[in-house]
Amino acid sequence: MKARFSTVLFAVYSVFVVASLVFGFQPGKDIGNNFLAFTLSMLKILPGAFILIGLFQVWVSRKRVEKHLGEESSFLGFLWVLLLAGTTVGGLYIAFPVAYALYEKGARIQVVLAYLGFAAVSRIPMMIFEASFMGVKFTFVRLAVSIPLVVVSAVILGRYLKASNWKMTSPQ
Amino acid sequence: MIFYGVVLVLLLLSFFSDRKKTLKALKIAWKRFTGILPAFVLMLVLVSISLYLLPHELVMKYLGEEDISRGMVIAMLAGSLTLMPGFIVFPLCGILREQGVPYMVLSAFTTTLMMVGVLTLPVEKQYFGIKTALVRNGAGLIIAVIVAVVTGLVFSEVVL
Repeated sequence: MKARFSTVLFAVYSVFVVASLVFGFQPGKDIGNNFLAFTLSMLKILPGAFILIGLFQVWVSRKRVEKHLGEESSFLGFLWVLLLAGTTVGGLYIAFPVAYALYEKGARIQVVLAYLGFAAVSRIPMMIFEASFMGVKFTFVRLAVSIPLVVVSAVILGRYLKASNWKMTSPQ
Repeated sequence: MIFYGVVLVLLLLSFFSDRKKTLKALKIAWKRFTGILPAFVLMLVLVSISLYLLPHELVMKYLGEEDISRGMVIAMLAGSLTLMPGFIVFPLCGILREQGVPYMVLSAFTTTLMMVGVLTLPVEKQYFGIKTALVRNGAGLIIAVIVAVVTGLVFSEVVL
């Protein structure tokens, strides 16, 4: 049902873009160009990211993930995912499948949520860019405030989700 | 690109250690990629429309709003509703900074851009469910406000 909805939506969208090309409707042409440009820039990263996720799935044991990031893991778990997030490429849309892979291997929800937050605010390549245009002070303040808040919010949200009997949905 | 260099090295290492495992990894990669593809396509449709309605130049113009609290609200809305890669955002913010746009407004914009994603909701929802996605984005919005206010205080743009 839901899959059908997005198929219909995409069909309508495609017809609109193609019709715009044929009849020279500028807004539709612009939207089509935006779609192509973003698809191309995403396709540069997605295949590599999914290959890494596949390698992670076969090489890293569930036991190891559980030990460092699972229910029994210490505060160090947050540090590990901060490091992982620092090297995450692309945007949040890459972090979602990575976070899901961690969860599937037994990472606790607090750590998974923290990873998502860190991947948003502390990707190293992005920060180098930020600091060079906005100044080191700006970047430093942003990190110093957001990193503790990410941890706090991840812990609170994790507890809330667990208490409300939440379950992770499967993408397939 | 360094990223693909790393992917290639790891893939080769994996392949020479265990061919079967590596093939399985590639199969998993393909299955997951195609599984999430519809959600990604939906996201791209939303991005392409939002980029038309809210082009970068327009967002940047709005951020230059005189009134700082109105500027903050616009910055957070724009940050939540758009998707911009870092190599575009920060040079533009640097220009705005030189034009006198407060650090606080720029911080609200960049932090929501990083943490809150309305356009990425189709993908996020697919992995974590709509409830978690909404709660996480809500938390991101609150964090962005706090980060921006502290930035404003540090740069003496606002006083308590």
